Amino acid sequence: MREDRHIISVIVQNESSVLARISGLFAGRGYNIESLTVAPVPNDSGLSRLTIETYGSCKTVTQIEKQLNKLIPVLKVVEKDDFVEKEMALVKVPIEESLSDVDALARAYNGKIVNVGDGSIICMVADEPTRVAYFIKAIQKYNPIEIIRSGVVALER
Amino acid sequence: MEISGSRMVVEALKREGIDTVFGYPGGAIMNVYDELYKQDDIKHVLTRHEQAAIHAAEGFAKVTGEVGVAIVTSGPGFTNAVTGLADAYMDSVPIVVISGQVPMALIGTDAFQEIDAVGISRACTKHNYLVTDAKDLPRVIKEAFYIARSGRPGPVHVDIPKDVSAQITEFVYPDKAEIPTYNPAFKGDLEKIKNAVEAIKSSKRPLLYVGGGVVQSNSGNLVREFAEKTGIPAVETLMARGVMGSTNPLLISMVGMHGSYAANIAMSEADLLISFGPRFDDRVTGKLSEFAKEAKIIHVDIDPSSVDKLVASHYPIIGDLHSVLTDMLPLITEIEPEQFEDWRDAIEKNDKLHPLGYDKGEAIKPQEVIEKIGEVFGDRANISTDVGQHQMWAAQFYPFSRPRQFNTSGGLGTMGFGFPGAMGVKAGDRDRVAVNVTGDGSILMNIQELMTAVEYELPVVNVILNNNYLGMVRQWQTLFYDDRISETDLTVQPDFVKLVESFGGVGYRVETMEELEKALLDAEKRNVVALIDVKVDRRENVMPMVPAGGSLYNMMLR
Ligand SMILES: Cc1ncc(C[n+]2csc(CCOP(=O)(O)OP(=O)(O)O)c2C)c(N)n1
Ligand SMILES: [Mg+2]
Repeated sequence: MREDRHIISVIVQNESSVLARISGLFAGRGYNIESLTVAPVPNDSGLSRLTIETYGSCKTVTQIEKQLNKLIPVLKVVEKDDFVEKEMALVKVPIEESLSDVDALARAYNGKIVNVGDGSIICMVADEPTRVAYFIKAIQKYNPIEIIRSGVVALER
Repeated sequence: MEISGSRMVVEALKREGIDTVFGYPGGAIMNVYDELYKQDDIKHVLTRHEQAAIHAAEGFAKVTGEVGVAIVTSGPGFTNAVTGLADAYMDSVPIVVISGQVPMALIGTDAFQEIDAVGISRACTKHNYLVTDAKDLPRVIKEAFYIARSGRPGPVHVDIPKDVSAQITEFVYPDKAEIPTYNPAFKGDLEKIKNAVEAIKSSKRPLLYVGGGVVQSNSGNLVREFAEKTGIPAVETLMARGVMGSTNPLLISMVGMHGSYAANIAMSEADLLISFGPRFDDRVTGKLSEFAKEAKIIHVDIDPSSVDKLVASHYPIIGDLHSVLTDMLPLITEIEPEQFEDWRDAIEKNDKLHPLGYDKGEAIKPQEVIEKIGEVFGDRANISTDVGQHQMWAAQFYPFSRPRQFNTSGGLGTMGFGFPGAMGVKAGDRDRVAVNVTGDGSILMNIQELMTAVEYELPVVNVILNNNYLGMVRQWQTLFYDDRISETDLTVQPDFVKLVESFGGVGYRVETMEELEKALLDAEKRNVVALIDVKVDRRENVMPMVPAGGSLYNMMLR
């Protein structure tokens, strides 16, 4: 079966067990969650939005979608391919590296240097997930000490 | 009114119309038991094992169509209940299970009898709750009952820490559960129903594929009416036995791994499968790529995740079956039963060619035991079963006459379900004989319930089809493992007659069909907890059989 990348956006009631219910549904079926972001829906009391990035055949993902919908605290599940997707990454590089080169690279991916410390600097980028991946490749030249990706957030067009 | 959390539990149960609960006490649930002690409206049945309490609640729910309730303590009390929860989950049985939990302050400290109960039950319940404040209890219990019985029914678990059941606060029981994120489907889309009816009109070899959803939605009469009006023949799944009624000329038989030849062939030759509430279980479909290859598929189900899960349907209709059938029946015009006569004749021919049957012999055949129980009790009995060969023979040979007459563990296949399940059936339907068709293996898995049944006067008639084997596994060993009988020989057995007598019930050892008939009638007349040990031909196999993963039309016949 073909394994395609899918983004599933889930609106849930914000209660303590909801994340466990959702991740349990994936784990129990052996489906991997590639990335996951969760935050309260602004101005909307009691709801949270999860964005899940996963790989699977269309049939599998349709079934996941239905199973998600079956969970009692789930309000809405959206699985589409025309989301606007963004992801953030933070990278720590040694202070010895060329600040201006790192800054220029980050700027090319919608970012900049956000912190300069004693031994290292931290830069951030925010871009499409594929471009964040390119950036991470490109930054390798500057001997990054640590890289963090935020996971995808997505909004329907 | 300010009352304790435990009192709230009892008050809420009363308001839900509950008069019987099954359970087992322990430290963390003692507050609730203290409240049960102080009242008379709710009767508590003390089972002798928590698993049995859940199965009894299931049996009660299945025979009455109402929500069954069980109460257990934390830790081992809860873990003993897990098999029951899983069983109810697989068979969509509406039950509410209330468990005690260690006090909030001790949760997460590996306290005595602490276990992450909601963590465990998440995977085998429709929904669950850990109640952290008594002021949530009325809402939670209201929701629990609503969720258990609505949509596709299922078990709901409510875990209550001991300090929460002790907490005193305001009690207002809501009239209605309001869960904005939960809106179970009800009416089916009328356009889709119309399209399905058109497909029926133009079909040549339509077949009703009747599943457990028909029982759940109380649509038995509507399905019979549908069949009668159209002349379309029907097959039943294990969970749907009794829907059509065994004397109905339109009922072919059970379908699936141990379905009849005619039923399985009809499934394979039909050009339209009209599926009412089945879930296309692998024990029914056999090899999916070969399943109902000639057929377009209408699938009516209340659970959207059931539709197109395993088999893609051409006419999916999501909605409550009762409502869909009510909408569908008046649309059925211009269909004359005569138009399917050739199709029915072809099925009939197949049924004559290879009818469900068995060869008589010296020893009592297990199938004739079922036929005899049917002859003696018929409609008068509700039949529960355990799991194994005896279960399949009961499903094949009992003359079921109505929905909810058959109570079996289908999805999980839980040995040990039958006896406590039958106790629940008896508690829910006192006027009928509660029979448990069981095996010499299964009965020992909840044999301690003899004590419960005797104490609470739940006169279940257990009939052991005693083959001195874990027969179903032995059958697979014979057929697929060159008859290597690995750990399935049950030659070493208790004296079942003495065993039941030591609990205060009545035992019968039966070696002829006459003795069997006498024992059944005697047990009924004396209204006692009975165990009838019937020695049957130990090497008998359940036939026909579709080997697991094989195509439905490739059956071993004898
Ligand atoms: C709890 C549990 N353990 C194991 C099994 C596997 N199993 C299915 S049928 C069967 C044999 C049942 O033996 P018995 O109750 O004597 O019934 P028979 O098949 O002989 O009629 C077993 C072990 C099961 N279904 N449930
Ligand atoms: Mg046996």
